[in-house]
Amino acid sequence: MPHFHATVRVGLRASVLDPAGDAVCAAAQRLGHGAIQSIRIGKAVEIRLEAPDAATARQQLESLSANLLANPVMETWSLELHDQEG
Amino acid sequence: MTRRVEMHVGVAVFPGANCDRDVGWALAGCLGWRVTFLWHQDATLPKLDALILPGGFSYGDYLRCGAIASSAPLLRAVADFAARGGPVLGICNGFQVLTEAGLLPGGLLRNRGLHFICRNQRLQVASSRCPWLRHFAQGESLTLPIAHGEGCYHIDPPGLRQLEDNDQVALRYLDNPNGSVDRIAGVSNEAGNVLGLMPHPERACDQATGGTDGQVLFQGLADWMGLS
Repeated sequence: MPHFHATVRVGLRASVLDPAGDAVCAAAQRLGHGAIQSIRIGKAVEIRLEAPDAATARQQLESLSANLLANPVMETWSLELHDQEG
Repeated sequence: MTRRVEMHVGVAVFPGANCDRDVGWALAGCLGWRVTFLWHQDATLPKLDALILPGGFSYGDYLRCGAIASSAPLLRAVADFAARGGPVLGICNGFQVLTEAGLLPGGLLRNRGLHFICRNQRLQVASSRCPWLRHFAQGESLTLPIAHGEGCYHIDPPGLRQLEDNDQVALRYLDNPNGSVDRIAGVSNEAGNVLGLMPHPERACDQATGGTDGQVLFQGLADWMGLS
């Protein structure tokens, strides 16, 4: 069975306040990075899985992302399926 | 036939939750109810009058608060119990678990000021339609402790309108310590049998801990069920 590697990026919806991102942005500006206008913090989830083909892998990862990795009430996600490994 | 006079409540136990024993003490020690602790791996429930998901940090709050607990086998049993009309109360992390499981609308985000807030909080009853809140009048105020870092209630504007139309906003903060939409501190499901609160009623059941407003919630449920 082929192995796949994927990255799912999860972030707060644009309409949702990110106080942690704002705090990091303020720190960046204090350090002299005055050009930085905003920072939003999300997370990247690295996943390795087995699947018969890329389409099946994508389908599983999309279901996982929508149902567990992200909460659609307040978050969005994007999936990057990397090249097949071995 | 003898009338059963004792409430029997199930209290969920998740790894990382730390208010399960507090809830147990409030119900058994202060109110004399029967309490059964329910392990997160349990897929079936004993016969219960009500179910409580306590506060804490289930599964270390990994991924998102309540996210991993929402996939625990116990949550399927909780969802079945709720679907049959059984009263379910989620407190703090338990509220987060219920939103993550889709049993309550909206979600809980990091407090606007980033601080973990632990204090007595003035609250206002927005609706007394839930059994737990039936002894309060709409607009009545009460004081319950809050203790959370991620209690900022979020719902989009159409969702908020739906909550208001269906009388699902249960409690509001008098001020707004965490930046919640519309000062919301607690919501119920459409049927009214599932309630989620960020404040901790179990910590306000004994005068020794500073107040007994929490007892009024639990007593409301017992009286609604004809048991006390």
